[in-house]
Amino acid sequence: MPTQHSRVKARLMISPAVLLLLGWMLIPLGLTVYFSLLRYNLLMPGMEQWTGLTNYRYFLTDPAFFDALRNTLVLVVGVLAITVIGGVLLALLLDQPIWGQGIVRVLVIAPFFIMPTVSALVWKNMFMNPVSGLFAHAAKGLGLEPFDFLAHAPLFSIILMVSWQWLPFATLILLTALQSLDSEQLEASEMDGANYVNRFFFIVLPHLARAITVVILIQTIFLLSIFAEILVTTTGGPGTATTNLTFLIYAQSLLHFDVGGGAAGGIIAIILANIVAIFLMRMIGKNLDA
Amino acid sequence: MGQIRLNEVSKSFGDVEVIRPLDLEISDGEFVVFVGPSGCGKSTLLRLIAGLEDVTSGRIEIDGADATAVPPAKRRLAMVFQSYALYPHMSVRKNIAFPLRMAGLGKDEQMRKVEAAAKTLNLTEYLDRRPRQLSGGQRQRVAIGRAIVRDPTAFLFDEPLSNLDAALRVNMRLEISELHQNLETTMVYVTHDQVEAMTMAEKIVVLQEGVIEQVGSPMELYSAPRNRFVAGFIGSPTMNFANGEKAAGHGAHSIGIRPEHLSISTTDGAWRGTVGVAEHLGSDTYLYVHLADGQGTFTVRAGGEYGASHGDTVYLTPDPAKIHRFDAAGLRIE
Repeated sequence: MPTQHSRVKARLMISPAVLLLLGWMLIPLGLTVYFSLLRYNLLMPGMEQWTGLTNYRYFLTDPAFFDALRNTLVLVVGVLAITVIGGVLLALLLDQPIWGQGIVRVLVIAPFFIMPTVSALVWKNMFMNPVSGLFAHAAKGLGLEPFDFLAHAPLFSIILMVSWQWLPFATLILLTALQSLDSEQLEASEMDGANYVNRFFFIVLPHLARAITVVILIQTIFLLSIFAEILVTTTGGPGTATTNLTFLIYAQSLLHFDVGGGAAGGIIAIILANIVAIFLMRMIGKNLDA
Repeated sequence: MGQIRLNEVSKSFGDVEVIRPLDLEISDGEFVVFVGPSGCGKSTLLRLIAGLEDVTSGRIEIDGADATAVPPAKRRLAMVFQSYALYPHMSVRKNIAFPLRMAGLGKDEQMRKVEAAAKTLNLTEYLDRRPRQLSGGQRQRVAIGRAIVRDPTAFLFDEPLSNLDAALRVNMRLEISELHQNLETTMVYVTHDQVEAMTMAEKIVVLQEGVIEQVGSPMELYSAPRNRFVAGFIGSPTMNFANGEKAAGHGAHSIGIRPEHLSISTTDGAWRGTVGVAEHLGSDTYLYVHLADGQGTFTVRAGGEYGASHGDTVYLTPDPAKIHRFDAAGLRIE
């Protein structure tokens, strides 16, 4: 047990780190809040002036804001659905004893190590390009009209790219969870008359619940801030079809040079992300209790 | 009905032959214990009967019908696993009801059978708890409950007591024996503990390296072990063996004498020795006697009040009627 004396000392000793972290968080946040209350346009440097909540009013009434909100939601939910379902299936496959298991597992994890910009460009130019992409070639080979993914299904294309990147993460976590399942439980359920489907739904899936929760929580945090894939493929377009909240804030501050509006958007994004986090913890966080 | 017959059954994992071809017959309502040192193939044999492993060759019959290729669920056998294998996310009630649910029984029917099983096993108060909120013994009972609701033709137990502490093990041993008396269903029980085998079994199957060494009632194995391995494995403390001169006197390659069949005296007897360790258990005293001729250490059971201690010189005399004689191959000489 730490004594009173050692506790005081311990607090004293960790205080520099705590203060640094606190400053790290509070200074940018404070500056963002400050900027969001200014009329601050990069085209008119030195002419900043106090405008109160005007930036927020403009941002919240911008039709692009609601598009961005919807797109963010579709993007997050879409990727989560694909990665969780696909991840469970892939994990089930990889859990089977197969020849070359080690190499297959490394290959499956590989997409996770590729930079988002690179993978998005590869997808855009090598797969989805309607003239020279592999998908176009395949379509032509089958006698079909090539499909211009990024023009006609832009958000879906982005979901596809991001899912491809995050599938390994989900697979990896779910695979380790799967491997921790007691084989006697499966055998017991087999003796109890459960067929493969029943075993999956009654034994395997409940066992994976906690891992799935972890996957959803971690991925949601990262998926809310998807940016690189959008920037290098569609730049938010066509129109606002692939503009999510992150990209809208970028566009506001750096394409429209409106730092004040962008900062207001940032603050709104922080609030929304916290609301999402609270809901997530309420809904699925109880799975994490041992 | 619960008759199981194994015919020339063998099992190999790759090149390793875990079970050599063997025949075994288990009659209806019998309590059979497979016993042997770890790695002797007793669990594998049980899993072959359960259908969790495929036989490499041979034939398994259950109630006269060929079950060799029948999937585990269709064999009407219930198994209790060493780790209990309870479903952690389900309540006790749901755990016990699971096989019934898989069989497609109605909700009322399920609940009625679960309540009945819970009553038999004193689990009624715990029906709404999760497995992790139960003690080891209670978990064990839930696992048994999950087995009995199915009304199987035979129960298979795979070292069910090895995760329990000693006191609880004795209790559960009695409970399982009692359960067998009440249900009169065939039970096949795997253990490495010869005490469990002796106390529970109607028929013991002693296995070593995938070969059945002997099949018989506990007392048969105790009084007439077929070879040295069975003689040494059955009985606690283990039998004393002597070779050479002592054995030649009885016309055998080696002789065995159980600790309880040696009489001890401080004045005269057949073999002289000094006491190494004396274990006082209250009811008995076990003396580990180093023989004077340097031919090993004999264990002797003496009365509880026997006051010998380290270094005492004692004389041991075997009961001539209880000497087991073995030939050079380790087989019993009648």
